[in-house]
Amino acid sequence: MRRIINRRPGRGGIVFWGALPFLGAAALYAVASALRLAENPNDKLLPPLSAMVATVARLAFTPDARTGDYLMWADTVASLHRLGLGLGVATAAALVIGIAMGLIPYVRAGLSPFVAILSMVPPMAVLPVLFIVFGLDELSKVVLIVVGVTPFLIRDLAMRTGELPAEQIVKAQTLGGSTWQIVLRVVLPQMLPRLVDAVRLSLGPAWLFLISAEAIAATEGLGYRIFLVRRYLAMDVILPYVAWITVLAFVSDYLLRLFNARCFPWLKAGKGSA
Amino acid sequence: MSHVSVHGLWKEYPGQVVLERVDLDIPSGEFCALVGPSGCGKTTFLRMLLGQERPTRGGILLDGRPLVAEPGPDRGVVFQRYSVFPHLTVLENVILGREFAGSRFLGRLFGARRRAAEEEAKGILAAVGLGDHLRKYPAELSGGMQQRLAIAQALILKPKILLLDEPFGALDAGTKAQMYELLLRLWSERKMTVFMVTHDLKEGFTLATRVLAFDKVRVDPTDPGAYGARITYDLLLTGKTAVRERLAATAGSSRETENRLETPVATH
Repeated sequence: MRRIINRRPGRGGIVFWGALPFLGAAALYAVASALRLAENPNDKLLPPLSAMVATVARLAFTPDARTGDYLMWADTVASLHRLGLGLGVATAAALVIGIAMGLIPYVRAGLSPFVAILSMVPPMAVLPVLFIVFGLDELSKVVLIVVGVTPFLIRDLAMRTGELPAEQIVKAQTLGGSTWQIVLRVVLPQMLPRLVDAVRLSLGPAWLFLISAEAIAATEGLGYRIFLVRRYLAMDVILPYVAWITVLAFVSDYLLRLFNARCFPWLKAGKGSA
Repeated sequence: MSHVSVHGLWKEYPGQVVLERVDLDIPSGEFCALVGPSGCGKTTFLRMLLGQERPTRGGILLDGRPLVAEPGPDRGVVFQRYSVFPHLTVLENVILGREFAGSRFLGRLFGARRRAAEEEAKGILAAVGLGDHLRKYPAELSGGMQQRLAIAQALILKPKILLLDEPFGALDAGTKAQMYELLLRLWSERKMTVFMVTHDLKEGFTLATRVLAFDKVRVDPTDPGAYGARITYDLLLTGKTAVRERLAATAGSSRETENRLETPVATH
């Protein structure tokens, strides 16, 4: 009998073991739901799959009686718009400030203590401030995402830029590069994939901030809908919405990973050989 | 011309003297090997020649003028590692120097000027034996090939001085021998002054026309940082028969490669 640390699953095994927790969770839900419904057919806590499918069909494929919108799509568009805007602004700011902090000693000396402290401010704690300052509509939700994600992105990028071998920067100077040229041709191309990775890591927090802000003040959006129907115990809406948000987050993460692999072929060239 | 003269050079860090009273006069076109035990300041000395660090006292003159206090295109450099840019292909790595010079805002050349730079780069890459690997990324090259790329990259701007910081330290013996041959050929073709830091005495005597040995003359056992290293030996090797023969041999072989190297440059 070989040690378990030396035994590896084959291709089929990887699929099987990967699928097992999903199937287990689904089975557990089906059993629990069936048990509760057998006791009380009007139970709202664990609705059957059929009820959830019907609800999704109503929300996604029939226009709302009051507004004429397809609610689920309207919610999705509103949420993705806020998320995209927030992450876009955060990424752009982090790119400029992070690279400047990592490369230029004076900028680092000036900004790094400030950014270090700023990144410790809990974003949710300043949400009331944002509502007061920016009002209750779109801007404050976008700003919350920006406030929550930017310090992390800046610090990550500044550290990565600082980790570039000093030899590379010196070499670029001996090739006649000015600071601007070195940023453009040496630092930026090597930092973009790192930034994309950092954005991938911050997708989770970004969704957290978005849903929190939507829960408190919004008229549409995925988070808004979940918290709206909570008061009716409408699990048949909440659970599909949660699953949908998860799918959206997963897909955006996957697309960013694909973007890195496509646009930066040299990353893959580095793997395998020294 | 690239006459280097160093006078009264000191380098101190807080609580530690690295180099003291270094005086040196290197005529143009010499190949200097900087040898000595670890921590004796030979790399620090190279960094000062490069402009990456500044002397505490004294100064360095290049052709009679004080050395610019930051790295610049008149001094090429090859480090032991990380000398090439991992996100650029072999060809892109070499034309980068031309792109910096030719395009101030974008640092990127297009069209005919890019093709001219590429032709020039191909000539240099052929001379260092990388002519068949133009589209590869550095990570796809072996250690010796990466160092040859780093040399080619430094040579495109025709620096007066080439600084080498243990460039062959990470290479195996066979690759080293090839690199010696290549380096000597390029050096005699291009009439550069070369400074090479090496911990390998034999390497120093194999390549150089002058060996500079760094060591501490005075040591205070209770305070190791009290005194710095000096140049204890400044050996001019051009008088030796073996070295003279070698120089004649490389000068001869360089004439053959000269055509290969010069033609693309002439079309530019």
